[in-house]
Amino acid sequence: MNAVAVIASRELREGIRNKWVLAATAVMAALAVALAFLGTAPVGTVEAAPLEVLVVSLASLAIFLVPLIALLLAFDGIVGEAERGTLLLLLAYPVARWQVVAGKFLGQLSILAFAIGVGFGLAGLAARGDEPAWAPFLALIGSSVLLGAVFLALGLLLSTAVRQRATAAGAAVALWLLMVVVFDLALLAVLVAADLPPGLFRGLLAASPADAFRLLNLTGFEGVRAFSGLAGAADEAVLPPALLVGVLAAWVAVPLAAAAILFTRRQP
Amino acid sequence: MNTALALTDVRKYFGRRAAVDGVTLSVAAGERVALLGHNGAGKSTLMKLALGILRPDRGAVASIGGQVGFLPENVSFHPAMTGREILAFYAALKRRPAAEVADLLEGVGLTEAAGRFVATYSKGMRQRLGLAQALLGRPRLLLLDEPTTGLDPLLRRRFHDIVRDLAMGGAGVLLSSHLLTDLEARTDRVAIMARGRLVALGTLDQLRRETALPVRIRVIAADGRAAEVAGRLGGLDLAVPPAEKMAALRRVLALGPLVADVEVEPPGLDAIYARYAGTEAEA
Repeated sequence: MNAVAVIASRELREGIRNKWVLAATAVMAALAVALAFLGTAPVGTVEAAPLEVLVVSLASLAIFLVPLIALLLAFDGIVGEAERGTLLLLLAYPVARWQVVAGKFLGQLSILAFAIGVGFGLAGLAARGDEPAWAPFLALIGSSVLLGAVFLALGLLLSTAVRQRATAAGAAVALWLLMVVVFDLALLAVLVAADLPPGLFRGLLAASPADAFRLLNLTGFEGVRAFSGLAGAADEAVLPPALLVGVLAAWVAVPLAAAAILFTRRQP
Repeated sequence: MNTALALTDVRKYFGRRAAVDGVTLSVAAGERVALLGHNGAGKSTLMKLALGILRPDRGAVASIGGQVGFLPENVSFHPAMTGREILAFYAALKRRPAAEVADLLEGVGLTEAAGRFVATYSKGMRQRLGLAQALLGRPRLLLLDEPTTGLDPLLRRRFHDIVRDLAMGGAGVLLSSHLLTDLEARTDRVAIMARGRLVALGTLDQLRRETALPVRIRVIAADGRAAEVAGRLGGLDLAVPPAEKMAALRRVLALGPLVADVEVEPPGLDAIYARYAGTEAEA
């Protein structure tokens, strides 16, 4: 077996052992299913909402939850092994540094994909209604995994860049706040204060992985757009899905490559 | 003779401090070399350079291709994996067949504990597991950093037996240790490091001659005659240069029945080590 696959499968096994998979899946499922049932609560009867409404609420959930879980999974990846003393031995084996980064990434990604797939999938089954529109829902799951991949890559970059586990943990929380909460608030403030040209606004929105994810899910499908409150503003904010997916993919590739390069230079 | 490891004028700086400073050292196939030095003398850095984990700033490192076994200082493993899983993981990385795992576990006496999580292992068991992974693929070069710390005397002996067998099978072994007496009869050559430099290299006999450390002669006087014997010999605990050892012994024996017993102790590795490492530290 290839070294990347060996490391990835150990990462996955460890995730199962230390209950990471269980915890992440349980949190995802609990919140997602709750959203599925509460979707129509304001109307009076608690019953599953149509799938398209669910996509809107799950997208909002995913924006906060998926990056957080991804960062918590990844920040420990390299620096944790260095601190526990297992890294030195691993590097003495015929394994390239980039293979360690790639293996960790793929192992963690499969944990995350499982949690998202099962968690959101249960909610989707609960809310499917009579004529379920599966396409936007599957797109939501796929893009959530992609969003998770972005923050896994960023977390691994953090993990290779710092010398102490505690530093990586702090930086992970700061990064989450910055990219998921602060960026939007700052953009909103700028929008209120100054008259941004729409092109620049769109560019700034698309540059943030969280917003690219949001736009992808809320404007990507006609049926969803009606529920998302973006029907009116849609033309302002709409960007081609391929571009948004490209932005997310770049947010995966660049930090991951940077992590591999940084790790190669790191002296254990 | 085949060379398992050759370091030529290797230097490694951390910032402006030279952690390894111009070390030239080779380990032949089948040879056991002990690497001694204080903490921070550069032993672990030298091991990392030999492994290629660190790149030297100057000099060259050449090691026998392919199979190298390494046991790091204070080896640790993922606690939520069993001994067997850990060894299987490392075997997969070295592309070794799974059958080797069971054999090695047997060899280090961990067969019964193989299904348990490493978190439950004692220090000695972890060390043995560490040794087992170092032995994967019958390495031609073994780098062992403080391999016997945490092992009880019996396990230490067993450990040295395994290392001896490997060396007899043609593997070059470089091992560092603090347990100097433990190494005395078990190495072919001794290398002593201080402040990143190699301050001594040779067989134990060579180093003994080179240092010309005094031989210790302890005289046990007959009952009630201690003061008299001490007066005539200048003490009961004598330290004499190697060249004067026989003369000193003749003086002792000339006292006849005044002397009940005599013990002669050549300088041990401890003393030789202290001489080299000590002078260097003062310099």
